[in-house]
Amino acid sequence: MSARLAALWNWFDSRMPTVAQQWRIHASEYYAPKNFNFWYFFGSLALLVLVIQIVSGIFLTMNYKPDASLAFGSVEYIMRDVSGGWVLRYIHSTGASAFFVVVYLHMFRGMLYGSHKQPRELVWIFGVLIYLTLMGEAFFGYLLPWGQMSYWGAQVIVNLFGTVPFIGPDLALWIRGDYVVGDATLNRFFALHVIAFPLVLLGLVVAHLLALHDVGSNNPDGVEIKKYKDANGRPLDGVPFHPYYTVKDLMGSVVFLAVFCFIMFFVPEVGGYFLEYNNFIPADPLQTPPHIAPVWYFTPYYSVLRAVPPLFHSQFPGVLAMGIAVLILFFLPWLDRSPVKSIRYRGTLYKSALAIFVVVFVILGYLGTEPTTVWGQFGFDAFFLDTKDVATWVARVCTIAYFLFFFLMPWYTARDRVKPVPDRVTA
Amino acid sequence: MSDQEKIDKTRRNLVMATSIVGGAASVGAAVPFVASMWPSERAKAAGAPVEVDISRLAPGELGVFEWRGKPVWVMKRTKEMLEAIKQADSKVSDPQSKVKQQPDYATNEFRSAKPDLMVLVGVCTHLGCSPKEKDADAKAEMGPDWPGGFYCPCHGSKFDFAGRVFKGSPAPTNLEVPPYEFLSDSTLVIGEDKQQKKGA
Repeated sequence: MSARLAALWNWFDSRMPTVAQQWRIHASEYYAPKNFNFWYFFGSLALLVLVIQIVSGIFLTMNYKPDASLAFGSVEYIMRDVSGGWVLRYIHSTGASAFFVVVYLHMFRGMLYGSHKQPRELVWIFGVLIYLTLMGEAFFGYLLPWGQMSYWGAQVIVNLFGTVPFIGPDLALWIRGDYVVGDATLNRFFALHVIAFPLVLLGLVVAHLLALHDVGSNNPDGVEIKKYKDANGRPLDGVPFHPYYTVKDLMGSVVFLAVFCFIMFFVPEVGGYFLEYNNFIPADPLQTPPHIAPVWYFTPYYSVLRAVPPLFHSQFPGVLAMGIAVLILFFLPWLDRSPVKSIRYRGTLYKSALAIFVVVFVILGYLGTEPTTVWGQFGFDAFFLDTKDVATWVARVCTIAYFLFFFLMPWYTARDRVKPVPDRVTA
Repeated sequence: MSDQEKIDKTRRNLVMATSIVGGAASVGAAVPFVASMWPSERAKAAGAPVEVDISRLAPGELGVFEWRGKPVWVMKRTKEMLEAIKQADSKVSDPQSKVKQQPDYATNEFRSAKPDLMVLVGVCTHLGCSPKEKDADAKAEMGPDWPGGFYCPCHGSKFDFAGRVFKGSPAPTNLEVPPYEFLSDSTLVIGEDKQQKKGA
């Protein structure tokens, strides 16, 4: 039997050698540093979530109806009447948040170990493009259940485009396809969510991986393993991705899926963070919910938007600040002037800056989920207090800190007192 | 290959010309795709003016009507409300309604054609949420000097009963006043006025 199988394989291989060749390039002979740690699970987990989302999404579309009068009902139908429908929907909704959890941790890993630095700038740029596409994908998808939060969230985000000087109102009209968010909007968001953006996403993931495999993976020491090779040209500190890291990642995915399943089966709403309570009410254009907040993964940027006061009777500055807060990530490889990559060999300046950045990001994220009145108001009056809401002022301070982390980076990373970097990986 | 003289200039120029024409054609081909995303004729027709009956509105009661899918608020304001609007002049960012958010006949103290009748698009000028009515009794929630008006739950913008935005709100301008006219004392047409007809 095995001889037959081998013959069959030979028949295939002699006609299409690309398959075996690509397998060698990207798996069995792709040498990854041997010292990957916990932080290196999240790339492969992101890939796993992508597959989960695509598969669960395909099956959801079999029962979902992208029509303003039917959408909400069809989601309830999936939840109540379709066999296993509720599992599919909770897989997809949990997967959406899980995607951002792993992507945020994956990006943070990059900032910890300098994975954005030369020669991996393109890997980082493709990564940021993936992140942007993912934000669009999540936004379009959130409108589909046609609940109150879907509707009003989309209203707020589309109106962000309406603030662009001169072309704004027309641009918003073009995005909506109607004077208000309506059936036309839902229908096109469905098209973008199920086909256009997933295609872009897949293309970018391929580009991200190809760019990575061309330059090779970074590692927690931030040293290049290609510097020291054995007689066969294999990095001394590298191990073949398959089987070493396929097995490691398999183990990571088991733990991840255990957590995933726990959330999916026991707390799919996660206290209103993964699925907002207001979204269980059908969309009503004449009734704004008492409190509108985007899903947690957008809230840091949403806080930035709210923190900026209007200038010259236009809210565009806030929108601009929010846009810059995201787009500035593209420039990270060039803002970071440190001679070393890994946090292990960086000085106090970068370590403190990164720590402050994380705290600020979390505070902004929290404030974005709450109304601006969450921390009460200042008890005194002053000429500069355009608003007395404490939370707004905290968000302003955090927004400034967020931008300083990036804008001052060329200065503090260049001045940082770095430690000597070892020649080879340490673990 | 590297022999420069062997390049056939005529062929190269033809390839260039073909590419340029092809590129222009692809840009042209994008037109129907982009155009398909504008509001359809049906959506445009649905944006026509609406007639509303205001005879049954009690003073101080907020009537919500739909025009182009947006909530339009109509209210017969009480004397106390009009007084509160006058008092709020110093607390709002644009008391004289200098920013053009209303037709000319509503560019006045109460931002309305008839002093007591409020007509506003109930959509926050910040990012399009619909604010909530908070009358002067909501002082516990809105602060002791709250004169009554509207509060946007999304980002905390505050407006008075003339739709003027209070200082410190994220909303940059006063609420929009839609074009409107009266067919009779009890019938209001929202989305159309004499000014517009004259201009058209």
